[in-house]
Amino acid sequence: MRRGTVAAPGALLTAGCFVALSLTLLAFLPFQTHWAARTKLYLQPGFWPAVAIAAMVLFSAGHLLRTALCRPSPGTLRELGVWVRALEFVVWFLVYVLLVPLAGYLASTLAFSCALAWRAGYRTRTWMAIAALFGFAVVVVFKSILGVNIPAGQIYDLLPPGGFRSFVMTHL
Amino acid sequence: MLMQWDVLLALLIGSVGGVVIGAIPGVGPAVAIAILLPATFALPPLVGLVMLLGIYGSSMFGGALPAILINTPGTAVNALTTYDGYPMTRRGEALQALGLAYGASFFSGIVSILALVLLSPVLAKVAPMFGSKEIFLAALLGLVLVVIAHRGQTLAAGLLVGFGALLGTVGLEPLKYTQRFTFGQEWLASGFDLIVVVLGLFALSQAFFLLTEPESAPAVHKVSGSMASAMRKVLRYKRIAAAGTGFGVLMGMIPGVGEFTAQFLSYTYAQKTSKTPEDFGKGSPEGLVASEAANNAVPAAAMIPLLALGIPGEALTAMMLSVFYVHSVIPGPQLFQTQLDFVYALYSAMILLNVLVILFMLVASNLLLNVIRIPTRFLGMMILTLSFVGVYSLRNSVFDCAIAAGFGWLGLVLKRQNLPAVPIVLGLVLGGIMETKFRPAMARVREFPDFFDRPIAAFLGIAILCLVIGHCASLYRNRVAPSVS
Repeated sequence: MRRGTVAAPGALLTAGCFVALSLTLLAFLPFQTHWAARTKLYLQPGFWPAVAIAAMVLFSAGHLLRTALCRPSPGTLRELGVWVRALEFVVWFLVYVLLVPLAGYLASTLAFSCALAWRAGYRTRTWMAIAALFGFAVVVVFKSILGVNIPAGQIYDLLPPGGFRSFVMTHL
Repeated sequence: MLMQWDVLLALLIGSVGGVVIGAIPGVGPAVAIAILLPATFALPPLVGLVMLLGIYGSSMFGGALPAILINTPGTAVNALTTYDGYPMTRRGEALQALGLAYGASFFSGIVSILALVLLSPVLAKVAPMFGSKEIFLAALLGLVLVVIAHRGQTLAAGLLVGFGALLGTVGLEPLKYTQRFTFGQEWLASGFDLIVVVLGLFALSQAFFLLTEPESAPAVHKVSGSMASAMRKVLRYKRIAAAGTGFGVLMGMIPGVGEFTAQFLSYTYAQKTSKTPEDFGKGSPEGLVASEAANNAVPAAAMIPLLALGIPGEALTAMMLSVFYVHSVIPGPQLFQTQLDFVYALYSAMILLNVLVILFMLVASNLLLNVIRIPTRFLGMMILTLSFVGVYSLRNSVFDCAIAAGFGWLGLVLKRQNLPAVPIVLGLVLGGIMETKFRPAMARVREFPDFFDRPIAAFLGIAILCLVIGHCASLYRNRVAPSVS
């Protein structure tokens, strides 16, 4: 970017965060790595992290300087708002992850795909049916057909022992 | 090995699935490969690799479709295709544009596989000359190239490479068995898994991006006419297709470079040598052929250093390296001695993949228009649902999923800031290779020049120096005499 180039909204904030991260990691380096006595530098456990962090500090400082020389564009707060709003979907994903070992892969996936489709604005019966069908197809393809390693949910322990329980625990 | 039902099924899924995935704007091969990678660990190695390679290679065929018809690249590497493809559509030449794109992609795909067949054994014979110093320098060359290749973002790319290299050091180190940057947390003791990071940066970030963006579902019109006749017209641009393929093969072989540099060089060459350079960017068939030939030559060529040396050519082949290791198929010279049948089966599968894709594209272009119409936020939900499988199936770890989600959020921020995520992945992979090889290399070094006392090491050292000096000189020239656009 040359002087006169317009930086994206939030560019200075991003560059500043990377500098802060690099300096924080540099501060933690002596405490988070071991430096052994009577050992050559390149054999030190902390050598390679030090090289990586040095590169981070150097390049992040340069990137911040370059960004600071660009013309700022408005909308940093709006951009920050988008970053924060995206955290909602991080939470959605983590709830799904926590639900699967409890409710089982099939029920959790059906609930997740339909609920998230609803949240994304697809609220008609047709879209709910498509979301449910999609969730079902994902479970069948990955767990039943490909046999991907996803353990059975604790809810399946409530089923009476027998063939049906074994089937759902293995394939759904 | 090739004529088994599971390999043939993988070929079909890889070719058709890859085209469909490439045709959906916002998905791309990285997302699909990241999601499917853990699932392939349970499959035989040839089956898993064929499926992933099929998705990788075929996706660029599919990505040309929305790039040409609605000015939206299906995959990131099809961005240059929009420059000339979409203007051709607006002139009523959509069929011709698609035919040229598919024809150029098929030509370059086949030629780059032939390059793989011819060059891998040669490089494998040279590979025993690659000791620790040479492999260290080759990995360093890759990192230098990945930084330089991001023109206008060199500093950000350097920062992210450093970040990736640091991520590779987290956890238990193998020398003194001490913890590095775990902050006393058990779940960080085994470090950051490459697949978890990749799933986060590519798949989850894309899902978050689509879910937070306003809804869009573009209008698409059907294409009519003979696709086969349109494809044959690529023969009028043999020189451009051959040059583009050459750039793609060369850039694919060099670690850290990849499709973008190949396309840029191919497009620039085509424009400079064209009789009508003013048409480029306004619907030039030569521009279209140049970009499509270059990007489709890279996947097979990126397998050359991977098979011969065990050094991945770019991020997606870096992910495929894990499929090799899980199945105890170790890339390198010994692969060509002990598992030559596996190597030949892989070559044959890749050729068959290209044939299947082109047959599919002959009949399915209008069918594929339906996948372009999937609304973007619904697509985000689909990707998020699929991403769970990819991450959780690795180790059934909630921590892995949380880490992937964290990287997904970081990937979203990078996307919105137009910063690249690929340097993080290559820093993680190549940085790890560098650390492993640096120690034994330094054991035989008393003074600095000893590091370059072998011909290949000296060549690589000089190449790195020339690249860095050349890049700095180019930056200085641009500052002193900025170009007028």
